[in-house]
Amino acid sequence: MDYQAGFFYLFSAVLLFAAFRVVTARNPVHAVLYLMLAFSQAAAIWLLLKAEFLGITLVLVYLGAVMVLFLFVVMMLDINVDVLRQGFWKHFPLALILGGLVSAELIAVLWVGFPTLTVDATAATVAMHAPDHSNTRELGKLLYSQYTYPVEVAAVILLLAMVAAIALTLRQRKESKAIDPAIQVRVKAEDRLVVVPLAPTPKAAATEQPKEEGQTS
Amino acid sequence: MMTLTLGHFLSLGAILFALSVVGIFLNRKNLIVLLMAIELMLLAVNMNFVAFAHYLGDLHGQIFVFFILTVAAAESAIGLAILVLLFRNRSSINVDELNTLKG
Repeated sequence: MDYQAGFFYLFSAVLLFAAFRVVTARNPVHAVLYLMLAFSQAAAIWLLLKAEFLGITLVLVYLGAVMVLFLFVVMMLDINVDVLRQGFWKHFPLALILGGLVSAELIAVLWVGFPTLTVDATAATVAMHAPDHSNTRELGKLLYSQYTYPVEVAAVILLLAMVAAIALTLRQRKESKAIDPAIQVRVKAEDRLVVVPLAPTPKAAATEQPKEEGQTS
Repeated sequence: MMTLTLGHFLSLGAILFALSVVGIFLNRKNLIVLLMAIELMLLAVNMNFVAFAHYLGDLHGQIFVFFILTVAAAESAIGLAILVLLFRNRSSINVDELNTLKG
């Protein structure tokens, strides 16, 4: 057995165990952590398949960003696990049978369709399997020449996701006493200060009355 | 059995896909685990793409994986935002309680 097959069996065993724990873990935080383990093993398997750029992207983007987002959300929510796991073990045997059936059918079809395909002679001569081949450079050449338009569409999709996520979760707090600074700057003195015309209190002498009435207006 | 063939990787993807189907079946009430099972499904599909790209010597499969990763990241971001919104309004992520749209 060459070392590649050994690594493949090691990585896939850990990957399948982690995936199984993701769907059966009681604590959602543990499930997210096992999902991170599963993605890291998948990245290792992709490295075995000489997809270096995608393997590293999976670690950086998925483990670094998406899984941390999951972890944030799971830790923010206060989840009552017992309610959510009602009927879990009751459905377990049926689920096992269903999963076994799905995987058996898929494997049967795929083994019949591609029985023992190794890297064939024509594909082995392609530059992809050359020792000094750079996977990242080849992917970049393809992405920015033949796939320019899909790359732009993908960028728009990411922008859309960002705007949608912010728009969904942003909210104005009801008890907030914050004031718009523009309104504060625009205020003039007469908006705040009202000079009320008041008749002055007359002095005791009644003779000064007509002179003071002219001043009040 | 000793040398790796395409069938090995396709079988791994198939088992992974079946495991996430089981996960969706078992955790029908827990919205977070449902999202995680969908991520696992996408990973299984990506595994098939990468395996085919390697064994057929064709890089276009890897490009497709790139776009699937983009869409999956967008999907999980929006899904988690909806989840947070839901929890804020209902204080629960139980799928069974989300029946207000029923007539």
